[in-house]
Amino acid sequence: MCSSENNKKRVTWEGCSVLLDINDGDRLVFARLSPAAKLKIGNKNCSLQPLIGCPFGTVFQLDTSSDGAPFLSPFQPKGNINNTEDIKDGRFQAESKDGPLTGELRDNRSLIDNNTAQSLTGEDIEDMRRQGAKGDEIIEALIANSATFDKKTSFSQEKYRLKKQKKYAPKVLIRRPVARSICEAYFMKHPLKIGFLRVDTLSLLLSMANVSSNSDILVVDMVGGLLTGAVAERLGGTGFVCNSYLGKAPSMDIVRIFNLSDEICKRIVRSSISDLLSQKESSQQNPKHDDGSVESQLNNQMCASVSMEEISHSSENGISDLGADNAENIESSTFPALRACKAIKAGEKASQEIIDSWKENGFSSLIIAAPDLDTWTLIKDLLPLLSNSAPFAIYHQYLQPLATCMHNLQLEKMAIGLQITEPWLREYQVLPSRTHPCMQMSAFGGYILSGTKICSS
Amino acid sequence: MLAIDSTRKMSFNRTISNGDLAIVYARHDNMKPVTVSEGSVLQNRFGVFKHSDWIGKSFGSKVFSNKGGFVYLLAPTPELWTLVLSHRTQILYIADISFVVMYLEIVPGFVVLESGTGSGSLTTSLARAVAPTGHVYTFDFHEQRSGSARDDFEKIGISSLVTAGVRDIQGEGFPEEFAGLADAVFLDLPQPWLAIPSAAKMLRHDGTLCSFSPCIEQVQRSCETMQSNFTDIRTFEVLLRTYEVREGKMESLEIDGDDGSNGSLPPCKRRQRSDGASVVSYPSSSSVMARPCGEARGHTGYLTFARLN
Repeated sequence: MCSSENNKKRVTWEGCSVLLDINDGDRLVFARLSPAAKLKIGNKNCSLQPLIGCPFGTVFQLDTSSDGAPFLSPFQPKGNINNTEDIKDGRFQAESKDGPLTGELRDNRSLIDNNTAQSLTGEDIEDMRRQGAKGDEIIEALIANSATFDKKTSFSQEKYRLKKQKKYAPKVLIRRPVARSICEAYFMKHPLKIGFLRVDTLSLLLSMANVSSNSDILVVDMVGGLLTGAVAERLGGTGFVCNSYLGKAPSMDIVRIFNLSDEICKRIVRSSISDLLSQKESSQQNPKHDDGSVESQLNNQMCASVSMEEISHSSENGISDLGADNAENIESSTFPALRACKAIKAGEKASQEIIDSWKENGFSSLIIAAPDLDTWTLIKDLLPLLSNSAPFAIYHQYLQPLATCMHNLQLEKMAIGLQITEPWLREYQVLPSRTHPCMQMSAFGGYILSGTKICSS
Repeated sequence: MLAIDSTRKMSFNRTISNGDLAIVYARHDNMKPVTVSEGSVLQNRFGVFKHSDWIGKSFGSKVFSNKGGFVYLLAPTPELWTLVLSHRTQILYIADISFVVMYLEIVPGFVVLESGTGSGSLTTSLARAVAPTGHVYTFDFHEQRSGSARDDFEKIGISSLVTAGVRDIQGEGFPEEFAGLADAVFLDLPQPWLAIPSAAKMLRHDGTLCSFSPCIEQVQRSCETMQSNFTDIRTFEVLLRTYEVREGKMESLEIDGDDGSNGSLPPCKRRQRSDGASVVSYPSSSSVMARPCGEARGHTGYLTFARLN
């Protein structure tokens, strides 16, 4: 079903995972495309069927057919959309010659907020809709019936138009679910689930741990599977990413949002830290103690929980919403519509054979993103599992655990090139005569402790 | 340096052999790339190191000089290489590099175009990201610089993933043979807007473009040009703040008010102050403290990303 080239595919297919960006990031929804999948926008339920077989990057607009049924149809853009904060439609061509500083004479001095500017009533609009008016026609009617529209500056006219477009003709952009878009979507809408791991921080972790094809990466991923998925994406079906854990296996839900091919999924395994640490001999003496009943029980539980969600969210039909307006859905960021057994394929328990080979050769590198585990005791145990000269990177939201860890690694002479870094990311609005940093920014992306393991003397 | 084929994978059993590239680490700010050659020596202020002593040792080993000084021998990575390569131009550093690779959504198998090659700092990371089946085509109009970069790619073992060409991309655009084939394009040029139409031609649908420019005027102009073919145009600045960590011993002082009933902690010293009141000094507590380093890179460049319409 999935080709090995999934991550390069530029066109959607049935069963593929997509990120739906509704109205320029107002709502972000992860969905799995199927003829039956439905998406609710406002109070309208529309089928995702038209999205199947479309190139990623296609924009759809919600329209109503003559019989009143809402449907999504490809949107033909009039202008280009620029992702800036106050005016979303690029005004480069219009403004570049007579910029706002020279040409504009209108301002807001005569605007009075008395709620009488719009002469169309809600009933008028409903009537138009019943008669089959398209979203764009309603917007034009609203503008024509606005007493103040002509008095607005061109910027605020654009703002007005955009606001009405979002309400009467919502747009849906299909984006590829890759590490970047998944991380950004979660960071924007549900950062706790990914431990507040910002996209630039994630990108640094992958670099600092030298994640490259044919390497065996040990991770401690307590950020929902985002880290594991991002590493697997970079491995591209070579090497292994081993998600290790203490106690119960952590959730890897986010891995399933990536469109990872079977080839790549096979390279995602999990193992308890104690299994990785146990001596080769002793683990052979009591072979696979928790492999049998416990393991199958666990798998059953996972199946059960997945199918339960499938039932409870049957109306949602494979859609997990990261929209701020949909609080109860945020928790269910798994894909109910996904075949339970297929889903479990990523993150099988590592075989004893492969664990033994890691004991023999060592892991190529280590990444830790485990906000709730003690960093120093964790790294003290895990570092010896790495081959010599292997790099590692540890993410934490707090500085102190990393400072203590770095100090101890220095004292114990376990690693060199130790450094704590904090990334800083600022976005800019770039428009003629109106270029400036964005008004809002993330003030904090976490800390990273990185270094290189050395031979113990 | 990359485990492009699995025989070169790092492992406990992999040892340094004649001809290997090693990063000689003396301190975090004192590293040097050395190609191991039997019979050669490395001389620095820690003494004279014989390469023959290194052969057969594991990467990550501590090796000693004739004077008892020591250095570590590390396996090269793109991150270490960026710190030690010879600067023929201004280079990109880890924060920008990591962000570029992530934001261009580069994965194994991708075809990536880059111009200019410069010193090849970013190229190394691009090669890592597209390995084992993708390819990076990098262009620079400076023939000698392109040649040196090619030598470096050979030295660090990524030449099967990178092709370095001599071409003036601003003047001529990318070669026609790549039209519609590139998954991502990276531009680091003085006048990127001249190359953007060509980049648009090279990219596949929904392909990603990044332009790196130190000056905002360049960004302004690039963004205007991108409007015609690209969407999702976003400009960022990314920096790193580094921290220094030390263990500090701090004495805590408390005035001993009424004699005999000290707090729960036993006083370790009791001193008589000149005014007669006794001062109790508790055992100095030591704690690990961190603070940002005083100096940092304040600006590298603006990164503008866009997606082909």
